[in-house]
Amino acid sequence: MDAELKELYQQVILDHNKNPRNFRKIENANHFAEGYNPLCGDRLNIYVELEDGRIKDISFQGSGCAISKASASLMSSIVKGLPVEEAEKLFEKFHAVITGKITDEENIEELGKLAVFAGVKEFPSRVKCASLAWHTMVAAFKQEDKSVSTE
Amino acid sequence: MATEIINNNKRKSTGFDVNKIRADFPILKEIIHGKPLCYLDNAATTQKPQSVIDTIVKYYTSQNANIHRGVHYLSELATKEFEDARTKVKDFINASSEKEIIFTRGTTESINLVANVFNKAILKDEDEIIISAMEHHSNIVPWQLIQDQKKIKLRIIPIGDNGEIIFDEFIKLINEKTKLISIVYVSNSLGTINPVERIIEEAHRHNIPVLLDAAQAIQHIKIDVQKLDCDFLAFSGHKIYGPTGIGVLYGKEKLLDSLPPFLGGGDMISKVTFEKTTYNELPYKFEAGTSNIADTIGLGTAIDYVSQIGLENISLHENEILDYATESLLQIPELRIIGQAKHKSSVISFVFDNIHPHDAGTFLDFEGIAIRTGHHCTQPVMDRFNIPATSRASFAMYNTKEEVDVLVKGIKKLIEVFN
Repeated sequence: MDAELKELYQQVILDHNKNPRNFRKIENANHFAEGYNPLCGDRLNIYVELEDGRIKDISFQGSGCAISKASASLMSSIVKGLPVEEAEKLFEKFHAVITGKITDEENIEELGKLAVFAGVKEFPSRVKCASLAWHTMVAAFKQEDKSVSTE
Repeated sequence: MATEIINNNKRKSTGFDVNKIRADFPILKEIIHGKPLCYLDNAATTQKPQSVIDTIVKYYTSQNANIHRGVHYLSELATKEFEDARTKVKDFINASSEKEIIFTRGTTESINLVANVFNKAILKDEDEIIISAMEHHSNIVPWQLIQDQKKIKLRIIPIGDNGEIIFDEFIKLINEKTKLISIVYVSNSLGTINPVERIIEEAHRHNIPVLLDAAQAIQHIKIDVQKLDCDFLAFSGHKIYGPTGIGVLYGKEKLLDSLPPFLGGGDMISKVTFEKTTYNELPYKFEAGTSNIADTIGLGTAIDYVSQIGLENISLHENEILDYATESLLQIPELRIIGQAKHKSSVISFVFDNIHPHDAGTFLDFEGIAIRTGHHCTQPVMDRFNIPATSRASFAMYNTKEEVDVLVKGIKKLIEVFN
């Protein structure tokens, strides 16, 4: 594979695409949102169980490309247990990295496993794929029950 | 099953030299991500031969002036070139008069023009327009815009699993409220060639006019509007090796004459006073404002180019490529072709069980292969087949079997990485 392409499709992303974590429905979820990317028609449902301002459980279902599926999978593994505010802050940082606003190594490393998405910044048309799950999660926190669009 | 969806056309094209044609298209020499460009996105837009590029350069270099009413040399020259292009279009589709050829920005504007003037002059509450389930959004949304003002109904001809319209269902949709049938000639996402002759015949039996969206047909199929007897025909220049921003609406003279103007402004008037304005004759009545002169002349050159090679030769070659590509892609077990109509144009939509079209598109791009991925502006088609998107390879006169091999090799690599 070409180096730039390898940077986008890192092994971790390919793994999460094949075996997504938390790919299920939470029956007693108290927060839910549906994400929609009109560019590609992808839909993503995010289920969240909040308890005392913390993410007790989070899961997703839907169809999407490797980037959006891996992003939802990794996001759900990482934010589980975090307070809502921290998850939202993490999204801000994640968004800044994938859009190329943060490029210094140190800052990117702070994202931990999420740093594998840094390659997305070279593919502007795929930024929405990587951010769809996050947008949808934030919408679910607010308990907006309508469909969320990345547009 | 493989043979079922392969076109019946087994004749070989004669005197058709694909290498000679490729040499006419400078962009085909480009290197993309270190690989030779393999351009298979022709249903989105076709590349331009050197002659079209030269025409536009020549126009702005030595002919540029505003057309009509100018008395100076350049204005007369530009007017002649512009009106010559109209004659070329007229001859190309065998319209009976230049009055029937209206220049627009493209297929979308052409359809919007008809929708707009039909809304003004003909449509009333409860009237019905028939379209099909395989329309491009550009033949859905213009009619829905009317629905914001009037209670008109859109009736949709359903499509079967093979991607063909269900003709019996179409007949059932026709009634005394039907005011227009607006249908795509060739589907951009499925490749289906619709039985437009039968549709027009059936419509005319009930005195209903028919608009054909020929955006994906004009570059593949020889169209004779008089023989077809369609009432309107819309197409875009950029899909037939011409520039973007220029398109055509053909309409029968009598029908166009009876309809009110679309846009108001310069060129479309005969006499203007503050009390009353009379409109210009056809086709100028529908061409308000300064036209896209350079690209219109460029379209004329594109038509010259296509005519010189011959649409029949072009379609024979494209069908060969389509058959070869269909056969090759069917050998890949992880891949499924969407749209298996008996009569197909050189468009192949496909999906994988476990690979999203966008990943396929990005991956293949790094092999130098340009395909389109997504819903192709036909979201109802995606819903019909219960898929979010497809990957689409579409072939033009300059594509080769070697390029199909590059595509197949790229797809096999893709499957290796993603499965």
